[in-house]
Amino acid sequence: MGLAKRIIPCLDVDNGRVVKGVKFLDIRDAGDPVEVAKRYDEQGADEITFLDITASSDDRATTVHMVEAIASQVFIPLTVGGGIRTCDDIRRMLNAGADKVGINTAAVFNPEFVREAAQRFGSQCIVVAIDAKKVSLEGEEDKWEIFTHGGRKPTGLDAVEWAKKMVDYGAGEILLTSMDRDGTKNGFDLGVTRAISEAVHVPVIASGGVGNLDHLVDGVIQGKADAVLAASIFHFGEYTVPEAKEFMAERGIEMRL
Amino acid sequence: MTLASNKTVAVIDYGMGNLHSVAKALEHVAGENTQVIVTRDPAIIDAADRVLLPGVGAIRDCIGEMYNTGLVPSIQKAMKEKPFLAICVGIQSLMSHSEENAGVDCLNHFSGNALFFGEEHKDYDGSKLKVPHMGWNQVKQSITHPLWKGIPDQARFYFVHSFYVVPEDKSEVAGTCDYGHEFCVALARDNVFAVQFHPEKSHKDGLQLYKNFLNWDGKP
Repeated sequence: MGLAKRIIPCLDVDNGRVVKGVKFLDIRDAGDPVEVAKRYDEQGADEITFLDITASSDDRATTVHMVEAIASQVFIPLTVGGGIRTCDDIRRMLNAGADKVGINTAAVFNPEFVREAAQRFGSQCIVVAIDAKKVSLEGEEDKWEIFTHGGRKPTGLDAVEWAKKMVDYGAGEILLTSMDRDGTKNGFDLGVTRAISEAVHVPVIASGGVGNLDHLVDGVIQGKADAVLAASIFHFGEYTVPEAKEFMAERGIEMRL
Repeated sequence: MTLASNKTVAVIDYGMGNLHSVAKALEHVAGENTQVIVTRDPAIIDAADRVLLPGVGAIRDCIGEMYNTGLVPSIQKAMKEKPFLAICVGIQSLMSHSEENAGVDCLNHFSGNALFFGEEHKDYDGSKLKVPHMGWNQVKQSITHPLWKGIPDQARFYFVHSFYVVPEDKSEVAGTCDYGHEFCVALARDNVFAVQFHPEKSHKDGLQLYKNFLNWDGKP
């Protein structure tokens, strides 16, 4: 009995459509974001994450309208990420009905932005998204580094140290994506998930690589994640959210059923 | 339909950000004769049939803005005379004092304090618990109350908070939750009800609580 681990379906949205890339490249169409969000809400998802991956930032207005449409019909927490670079961006998304915003690249280039955002809007709505890649070689001590630009650009920043710094700066939650695993269906990178979850006092959401329900269980039990985020296993109907929850609950994980 | 038959619920906007979700959730369950007004106009709050006090962010800013906007008298008046619901930091603002932000005096409607879970918060088995307490947890209903109507005991609600309330008068506790230790998440006295969780983010049970609030006559 107690706090439940969360399942968070993620909507990667490009030009107004839910898509899912494999290693951020191959894009498949998975539907209208508002319809997809409503379906997950009805299925009992614990939260929804809306990630705007539109390459050009000209059309943020579309995203705002979609967030408004989702927020007026879906009564679970909604996180919006992608292209959040200024406090005005945050305010716009919160006013549209987002409960939290995900800050990714902007945090890397300007960590003070996280501090400013947390002070202004409260840590509870600031999720710092971390894209990590394993950089240690076989036989070396595990080491993960932060990458930007969809996993293409290294930053030299150690992922665990970066997570701790972001929490010190006011991040209320960490969304951790393994760029080695994202889209592969080989499961989360449990090493970095656990290392970060044990290093910070705020919740950690594991992301990147879910291909089956055992991966979700592993993310919570071995990776010590507080929440698990997945996209394609739900989008393409391989599993429903209730199936995933029951599977996890049967393995002793506290879930909201 | 005449205007006079309309009921209004005032959602108090004292400048602490996003009230969109609260208003949307209320509108979703409100009948066509109920108008949801997000407002910082004391006259509208004074005239409303019922009042909802939201809260988000840090307590010092919340209390500060309540005073800066001149809304404290209207809030206190509403708490004396009509159905009143406080949510999240709203419940903490009704206590005597909060230890957040190095200590802040609050509105003192309920005697007691808001305390920090602590960054070294532990579960019963000694394992580390994350702070904030974020996510879906079960709420044990301590009393029968019109606002719990149709909501199963131990239903899960969505929480995001690092501070929790400890009322002096335990008979005012309407609900509890467990996270490392049992603590109060709902308070009730006369026409005032207050919850630590976010009904607007708690799916059908949260919407039911808002529906109950809109139907509530203010009697315990």
